[in-house]
Amino acid sequence: MVSSGEWSAVDILEQHLAAIEAGDGAVHAFNLVTADLAREQAVEVDRKVAAGEDPGLLAGVPVALKDNLCTRGVPTTCSSRILEGWRPPYDATVVTRLREAGAVMVGKTNMDEFAMGSSTETSAFGPTRNPHDTSRVPGGSSGGSAAAVAAGFAPLALGSDTGGSIRQPAALCGVVGMKPTYGTVSRYGLVAFASSLDQIGPLATSVADAALLFDVIGGNDLLDSTSLHRPTPRALAVLDDGVDGLTVGVLSEFLDGAAPDVVARVHQAAEALAGAGARVEEVSVPEVAFGLSAYYLIAPGEASSNLARYDGVRYGLRVDAEDVAAMNTATRSAGFGAEVKRRIMLGTYVLSAGYMDAYYNQALRVRTRIIEGFTRAYHHCDVLLGPTAPTTAFALGAKVDDPLTMYLSDVCTIPSNLAGHPAISVPFGTGDDGLPVGVQLLGPALSEGTVLKVAAVVEAAAPPLAAPVLVEGTPT
Amino acid sequence: MAEPGRLTREDVAHVAALARLHLSDAELDLFTGQLAEVLDHASDVASLDLAGVAPTAHAMAVTNVLRPDEVRPGLDRDEVLGQAPSVEDHRFRVPRIPGEAP
Repeated sequence: MVSSGEWSAVDILEQHLAAIEAGDGAVHAFNLVTADLAREQAVEVDRKVAAGEDPGLLAGVPVALKDNLCTRGVPTTCSSRILEGWRPPYDATVVTRLREAGAVMVGKTNMDEFAMGSSTETSAFGPTRNPHDTSRVPGGSSGGSAAAVAAGFAPLALGSDTGGSIRQPAALCGVVGMKPTYGTVSRYGLVAFASSLDQIGPLATSVADAALLFDVIGGNDLLDSTSLHRPTPRALAVLDDGVDGLTVGVLSEFLDGAAPDVVARVHQAAEALAGAGARVEEVSVPEVAFGLSAYYLIAPGEASSNLARYDGVRYGLRVDAEDVAAMNTATRSAGFGAEVKRRIMLGTYVLSAGYMDAYYNQALRVRTRIIEGFTRAYHHCDVLLGPTAPTTAFALGAKVDDPLTMYLSDVCTIPSNLAGHPAISVPFGTGDDGLPVGVQLLGPALSEGTVLKVAAVVEAAAPPLAAPVLVEGTPT
Repeated sequence: MAEPGRLTREDVAHVAALARLHLSDAELDLFTGQLAEVLDHASDVASLDLAGVAPTAHAMAVTNVLRPDEVRPGLDRDEVLGQAPSVEDHRFRVPRIPGEAP
């Protein structure tokens, strides 16, 4: 619409900034709204359109960025005191690609501190609230990005997903969220949590928008040595191909721990796929039952190593002390919140001499078994279907004092991270409490095209979801 | 494979020191219980017989990643140092390192 001159990028931006102004007091999706920078970018898009230049695939589209994506000169906090006020000296590759595509970056979204959490409550700057019910959590860790899209503050957002941090908040907020295959989106400029699991991906109001955003940010990057060299398939091109002839496996292990109202929606989505021509069958991958345990040994192990860099020397917080070791300790003790400390200690423990073989190495062997289990299922299934999260959005404060219960929110999302596979959450009606339910589609490595086209069929069959009302009388 | 014993308060204090974290007595008590609970849950993995299964550290391993040997601009020195808590003569400044002369 912007590239055709029907709307100006500046007008679209101002509408979204007004929505943020009116609604974000109740939601707290953003750590920082970059209105001035966004206005400069919107003006530039309008100039290109007026001059007849190509303004890019995302010309004038407002995008919200999770606050663990580096933005040059713009504060990037990971919702942690230890990085408060830090202005990165470079842009993440995904930020560069968004800018080149003409996107307008409206702000940095709140998250669980260093992406460690499933509710956005571990943020040092206070929780984000679910736009559908502000007494509930938005999920996490990309809760700010999911809430921003759900509330109409931005049609697109980027999140990161280490154990479900895009898909679980997408499900709880009633938006689409995809974790792509590991290596398809550059991690350069994504502040590291668990490097073998972290992946950047899109959140959007529709499957088509998520596919478009994935197409813009994906592809090889010389600045990320884990970036895959094969060309990323153009997801948007196959979106309308339908599911005729495809086999969908309903993953029984994912149904086991889920609430009955969530399970009912998964079955309803399966019926819709069968009605659209897919073969639907029940599939068991018993290995995924060990995913949660393996994840909470592997991810903290990697995190304890990655977060060693916050030493008070080169950037971020410093708490002075008499010598350098005491300064490191004082800085880290003051700068990290409780959940980050828990994970660093857990990771340090499982990597320490005497325990590494029993815990960490054992978890890496479980990871192999999970990949083998998925491979077996994908011999006869094109995609797998299950819930994204076991329940709808829970109340703020309900799980924050009980880490293990919180970790169980990720039981259906973690296996895809361990396997490096793509998975997407699509809104599918509501639970008994009237809050959004997300169903999840999983596929083998580099099957984004298939996963997205199945997701499009699920989306078309989904019961309607009422838009959240943040300001009395004005649905967003 | 032998399962490790239950995590103790002393284990947590030791690990905190290794990770350069100082914990109050109250934090030590809280974290010991919480971390022991997580490790208890993980004991289902520790007790599996996985002899002969190769570990996977990386699901989509790529090897021999090289980029063209071309000169590229690095980060701007002043911009980088501008983010440091303390700087002297274009270098990061830190407190005294034990063992060195003051």
